[in-house]
Order: sequence, then C-alpha cells, then structure tokens
Amino acid sequence: MSTPSASLPSPVSWREWLLTSEPQSRRQARLGRYYRGWLAFSRNPSAMFGLAIVLMLVLCAVFAPWIAPYDPERTLGLQTARLLPPSAQNWLGTDIQGFDVFSRLINGSRFTLMAIFIVAIITTPIGLLIGTFSGYYGGIVDAVFMRITDVFLAFPRLVLAMALVGARGPGLENAIFAISVTAWPAYARIARAETLTIRNNDYIAAIRLQGASSLRIIFGHIIPLCLSSVIVRVTLDMAGIIIVVAGLGFLGIGAQPPTPEWGTMVSAAKDQMRDYPWIITSAGLAICVVSLGFNLLGDGLRDVLDPKSARN
Amino acid sequence: MTDTPRPLLEVENMNVCFRMQSGDVEAVRNMSFTLGRERLGIVGESGSGKSQTGRAILGLTPPPGTMTADRLVFDGIDLLRASRRKLRDIRGKRIAMVMQDPKYSLNPIMTIGAQIVEAYQAHNRAGAKESRDHALAMLEAVRIHDPQRVYDLYPHEVSGGMGQRAMIAMMLVTNPDLLIADEPTSALDVTVQAEVLRILDELVSERGMGLIFISHDLPLVSSFCNRVLVMYAGKVLEEVDACNLDNAKHPYTRGLYRCLPSLKCDVKPLPVLQRDPQWAA
Amino acid sequence: MSDSSSYTTAGMRWLAFRRLVTAIVKTAAVAVITLFGLTVFTFSIARYVPTDPVLAVVGDKASQATYDRVYKEMGLDKPMYVQFATYASRLATGDFGKSRFTQNQVFDDLKRVFPATFELATIGTLIGVLLGIPLGVLAAVRRGTWVDQLSRVIGLIGYSVPIFWLGLMGLLIFYAYLDWLPGPGRLDIAYQYTFESETGLVLFDAARTGQWDVFFDACRHILLPAALLGYFSMAYISRMTRSFMLNELSQEYITTARVKGLSEARIIWRHALRNAFVPLITVVALSYGSLLEGSVLTEMVFAWPGLGQYLTSSLMNTDMDAALGATLLVGIVFLFINLLSDVLYRVYDPRTR
Repeated sequence: MSTPSASLPSPVSWREWLLTSEPQSRRQARLGRYYRGWLAFSRNPSAMFGLAIVLMLVLCAVFAPWIAPYDPERTLGLQTARLLPPSAQNWLGTDIQGFDVFSRLINGSRFTLMAIFIVAIITTPIGLLIGTFSGYYGGIVDAVFMRITDVFLAFPRLVLAMALVGARGPGLENAIFAISVTAWPAYARIARAETLTIRNNDYIAAIRLQGASSLRIIFGHIIPLCLSSVIVRVTLDMAGIIIVVAGLGFLGIGAQPPTPEWGTMVSAAKDQMRDYPWIITSAGLAICVVSLGFNLLGDGLRDVLDPKSARN
Repeated sequence: MTDTPRPLLEVENMNVCFRMQSGDVEAVRNMSFTLGRERLGIVGESGSGKSQTGRAILGLTPPPGTMTADRLVFDGIDLLRASRRKLRDIRGKRIAMVMQDPKYSLNPIMTIGAQIVEAYQAHNRAGAKESRDHALAMLEAVRIHDPQRVYDLYPHEVSGGMGQRAMIAMMLVTNPDLLIADEPTSALDVTVQAEVLRILDELVSERGMGLIFISHDLPLVSSFCNRVLVMYAGKVLEEVDACNLDNAKHPYTRGLYRCLPSLKCDVKPLPVLQRDPQWAA
Repeated sequence: MSDSSSYTTAGMRWLAFRRLVTAIVKTAAVAVITLFGLTVFTFSIARYVPTDPVLAVVGDKASQATYDRVYKEMGLDKPMYVQFATYASRLATGDFGKSRFTQNQVFDDLKRVFPATFELATIGTLIGVLLGIPLGVLAAVRRGTWVDQLSRVIGLIGYSVPIFWLGLMGLLIFYAYLDWLPGPGRLDIAYQYTFESETGLVLFDAARTGQWDVFFDACRHILLPAALLGYFSMAYISRMTRSFMLNELSQEYITTARVKGLSEARIIWRHALRNAFVPLITVVALSYGSLLEGSVLTEMVFAWPGLGQYLTSSLMNTDMDAALGATLLVGIVFLFINLLSDVLYRVYDPRTR
C-alpha cells in the first residue's frame, strides 16, 4: 500500500494489475479505470477512426513545414503556374495565385487546430467555473449567470459571432474571440446541471461535515465530476467550431487571404469552381473530414465517459 | 375452485435468457406449471425471474431477451407456434396483465377513458358510444365513485390507487380468461393496497378468471392464492398449497417465512435470510 | 353527468389553466429579460466599433465645431445609461437607424429582405420535419438495421459538412455540370423586373395571383437551397426523434399497450411518437432557429436576397446600424420561436397544462 512496488504482486502482467477488482492504491484504481475506459473506447471502430483523424490533424499541423512541398503563401509563378490541374508536382493542383493547393491544405490544418485549441482553452475553464459556482451557490449568483447564458444560448452562434467580428474587424483572431464569447454558455449550462445533481449527494454532505470549505468541495469534488460530461460536449463542439471558423472565413470576415485557412480557400476558389473544381473540393473535404473526426471521437468519448446521455 | 378438465395454461420447461455483453443472464430456467381457473401465486425476491415469467407468457420478453419452452399452451392454443396476429388477438382479449406502477404503465398524454376505450375497441367492433359506456361501467366496477369525471382525467391527475384501479379496469374491460398481476400493489400506499386487492379479488371471483399473482410478499400471496410457486434465481424451488405454507419443506421458503417480524412472538434479532448457492445450481 | 363531478372537473381544469397562464407569463418574462440582454449586447457592440460614429456622419473634413455639435446631437456626451435608454426607446419605435450603404431606413430594408429568408427557412424546416421524423422513428424501431445506419450517416454528414460547401457542390453538379436546375437567385432575370411580389413571399404571391410560370420558376430556384437547409434540419430532427423514440419505447406504458393487444403500428405512431412529440416541439423550434443561421451562409452561396446576405454585406461595408439591426431581428425571431414552442409544448402536454 505504501510503496508502488508493494502493490505489484506479480509484475508479469500490467493488464492484470490494471484490471484487478481489488486495487491496492488509489493510483492503481485510477489507472485501472482509465485503462478500462480505453479498452471500451478502443473496441469502438468509429471512435478509433475519429481519433486517427484527429491525430493526423495534429501531426499535419505540427510537421506542416516538412510535409508541405511548397511555401503555402508564395506563388509558383503567376504566369506559368496558375490553376494547374492536379499532377505529380502539385498533387491537388494550384489556385488562381499559383499557390500549391496541397501545401495550403496542410498548412491550413494549423489554423484550424489553433482555432479550436484556443477556443477550448478559453471557454472550458470559464464554462466550468461559472457553471459549478452558480450551481453550487444557487440564489442570485445563479439567476444572474443563467440569464446571461440564456441570452447567448437564445441566439444563433454564427450571427452573434458575425456581429462581434463586425465590431472588431475581420481576422482570424477576432473570429476566435467571437466564437469563444459564444461558446462558453453551453458548457456552463452542462456544468451547472451536473453540479445540481452532485451537490445534494450524501458524500458531499459528509465532506462538508468534515469541515471542508466550499472552494475545496467545488475544486476537489464537483469539478472533477463535471469534467467528463463537459469534455464530451467540448469535443463534439469542436466540429461545430471548425465549421463556424470556416463559415466566417467563407463570408470573408474570418481569416483573410492569403492565409491558407480552409473556409477562406473555398471562398477564394468559388468563382472558378466550374472549370477548376479541385481547389474547392479538396478544401471542403478537408473541413468535412476533420469535423467528422471530432464528431466520431466525441461520440466515442461520450459512450465511455458519459454513458447516461449516450444511451439516448 | 377445482381444475377444469382442460387446463387454462400449460407451461413446460420455459427459459428466458438475456444475451448481454458481459455474458448470458438466465432470468427464468426450466419453469413448468399448469394452471386452471384458479389463483397461482409466484413469489420471489427481486431478480428471481418472477416478472419475466409473466411477460414471457404474453410473448413480451423485452429484447435482447429470448424465450424458449417445450410447451406453452393457453386454452388449447399453442402460443409458441401462434402467428403474431393470433398472439395479438390473445393479448388483451384473453390474457391481460396488470403492472406494478400506474405512474409509468399508463400513457401520460391520453385520458384514462381513452385508454380503456382503446383496449376495448382493439378487440371489439364497437362505436364510440358503446365503448364509452363499457369503459364507464368498468370504472364503476373497480369502485370509482365518479366514473364520468375520472374518464376525462389524465393519469397524472389521479392518485396511485385510483390509477391502479383504472389499470385494472382497462385490463378487464375485454373480459379476459387469465389475468397476470405483476406486483399490482407494491407501488401503492399501504392504506390503499388492501382496497385495490379486494377489488381485484372480487372481480376475479365474479368473472371466474384464472389469476397469476406475482409478488415478493409471501403472506399476502398465501392469503390470496390457491397455490404458490417459490422462485429463486430463475428456478422454481418449490410448489406449495397456500394453506400449507407453514409446512413448506424447502429451507428457502421457510427462511422467507421466518424472517418476517411477527406481533405474536418477539424474536430478536430477526433472522437474516440464508441463501445456499446450491439452490441456484 | 352529475353536477358535483362536472363542477370539480371544471374547477381542476380552471386551476390547471391558471397554472398554464402563469407559466406562459413567466416564459414571456424570461423572453423580455433575454431581449433586454440582446439589446445591451448590440448597444455595446455599437459603442465598441473602432470607427468613430461622429466622423461617419460628418466626414473627415468637417470642422471641430461641426464635430462637437454633431457629437452633442448624437447624445454621446450623456452618461452611458441615458444613451442606452435613448437607444432602447428608439428600437422600441422601430427606429433601427439608417443604413449608410443602401441609404434606407434599416427597418424598411429589413422588411424587404426578411420574407425571402422566412420563405427559405420555413420550406427547409417543412422538409426537415416531414422527412426527419419518419426517418428517426424508423431508425429507432428498426434499431441496428440499415435504416438506423442510414440515419446515423445522414446525421454525421449533417453535423460534419459545412453547409456553404455542400451548397457550392450542389450548384457545381446540378447547375454547372448537369444543368438541371437554375443558378443562383430567387427568380430568372426575365421575371425579376416584371413580377411584383407584394408580401415578399414570391411563391405565395405567385400562386395567389395565379402566375404559374413565375411560381414554377421560383420553385426551381428555391429547390436546391431549401433542399440543402432541409437536409441539415432533417439530420438534426431525425437523430433527436430517434433518441426520443428509443426513450419512449422503453417506457412501461408501451408494454401496457402491447398487453392490450394493439398493433405495432398503433403502438409506435399513436403511443410512442405522440409522447416523443413533447420534446420534439422544442427540437423543431431549435432547428428552425439554426436554419436562420444556416440561411446566412446559404444565401451567400445562392445569391438569395434575404436577411443573411443583407447582414453579411452590411458587415463587409462596416454599416453597423444595418448589421446590428439585422442581428437584432434574427434575435427577436429566435426569441419568438422559442416562446412559441414553449407555449405549444405546454398546451400539447397535459402534464404541463
């Protein structure tokens, strides 16, 4: 119990150690739970497919300069290399500026990943904190926060984001900011609902009787329990965020050309789509594949982390 | 009540099995019994398979469960080989079932009257007026004093006892030959349990129905039924005459009986039910 | 019917009716608060704009004196809450300001463009409801079969494919390559100047006045964008229907219905689906709202002269009064739909009456 080695009766099988029904330490129990979750997750082929897509996106984004054969923002020749069809040199052809489409797609993964990463980093903690605090304390705090989330949830996210971007001017940073502003209320709602069910449990009362402070209860017990359902929601939301980022780019108020953001690429190529359909097709497919990946991953995570809502 | 020459229901070697990811669960195993126009009680703890027995007879084993049997004959009709249409005709018309909690077993967005009328019209060609009269008469038969009013109420607007009486009315409006009552009073307040049971008792006697009474309450079953099947882990451990329960042979039955508190003699501490893994084998 | 019984029933119903009214009043109060929040939102955006609102009126070359005068006239020297009160009371009278781009009152502009969006989103929702609910029901009833898989794939595509891209691909295939459908726009150019739509709802007006050639042309134009919006609506509605139906089908009252010997069709459509309708009302409302959102992008793809296109072009021209007016209108419509669904669902479900 005191040392990890003591809890390893036979180092023969990690699997057995992880799956034991009588864990010797908290750490073993926790690792065992993760392992069981992973086993359930990995048995789900579509979830694994989603995970593979997301991993590929991450790899593309990290190694973009090495994967992409050309500079995504330097023309291969305005006279000679515009709107070339796919070939051995340019796998997905070139666009109207003579940029290599494949290189732009690969580099575009960076913007997509950055957008969802920043949105998730900003909104998840805000949503969690506001949701758990208003759920735990209730009363006037709760009423005020929930009315605010009502305002945000009552209106279409894209339109709110458009208005915000309109105020701050077009650009990817402003688009990300606008999406963050519109994304947190949903997480706050989920965290609050979870908190309300957890709050009245006997074990929370027991901790309180032991003299734990409210902050300790919230951070030590409630937030960890809310985390899984919020994570599931955030993952599923990633797909929506990708689509909104692309939509803002398409409308011309997101990332600005020549940034190789996928929605912006679709927008720039739509006038030539009849004769040069490869640009718009490949950029669009990239958006589809990545958001499909997040959807599948989110579904799979929900089955493992949030079986209650998965049944529906 | 004596057995009619042709038994109402014959069950031979019935099994209900649920295929789960974690392995098969055998809810009912090798169940056999014969029933005339009499009252048969099935007792057991929760999870002993008593409710699944009732559902299996009606062919309503919920998926992923499956029911198999060597013989399942109702009034000369082989239920195992009957077409789905035939089975549907038997359900409701000739075999009915009262379920545990009227809060869940009644459709929340249909009025009580409409639900009874629906049951009647499913098996009788009848106009709106005639069906309504039948439903009202039936509501009166379950001692609802104000059938006109209750007819138009929604399930959430009535109490549990009233809801269960409406449920009984709905199940008996077609005058079935066999009624399965699956814990009909367990979800009700103690004060109305007796009343609902009395109504059930009268109607079953009046109409000469066969009754399968499923419950976890051994004394209640023994006072209500002619014979009792004691189930444990999906198997019938013992079949006893209700009047002979005190002389039950099986240790489980005796155990069930003994751990009930009694007003006459004060046993302290109250014995805990001892289970032998061999019984489940 | 005895007097006493009818009296008590009436009494109960009256109480229930009062509860219903209270609930609706409460919902309306929340809606008013939400509307207030939205107004605060647009007001702060208007204040937040990097462009100087005074310069926008007087121009770069105005003298300092003119600038100060206009600054005062616009009330910018007053405290924030006074400015907000002025803003809100102007909105209440339908004064959304003037569009710098079209030189019209924003209110008149909105009145002109809104019907086009309304027509598109409504037909889209109709398609979504009429196809999505049966698909969802079948997917739930035949769980695990090919119908279920199909509904899952339709749902996944609906959640993963950007609507603007699918629209472009649709145009590429059905207009550019196959030439089965007309290109962008609401009507052919030939009709655009000869046909006067009174209500702004082209299909409705054309049918009303019996101009069937216009009607069919409008049908051909709306087919692709409406089908597109309908697809996304169907994807959402069918997934939700499936999950609600699975929930209802596992309820005890379904077993009761089976015990009664009812047909499967009756059990599914009369018992389970009618109960599933309760949460579905909210879902259809949400879906209608998200189609308003989807129509912003769809209108850009199909050059549909509606609210979304107006909003986007206003933003591109930093025409803030117009953009915020359009945002506000979307918000109000959204709010109205939510309110409507709340009332509908309370009236439909006897437990909330």
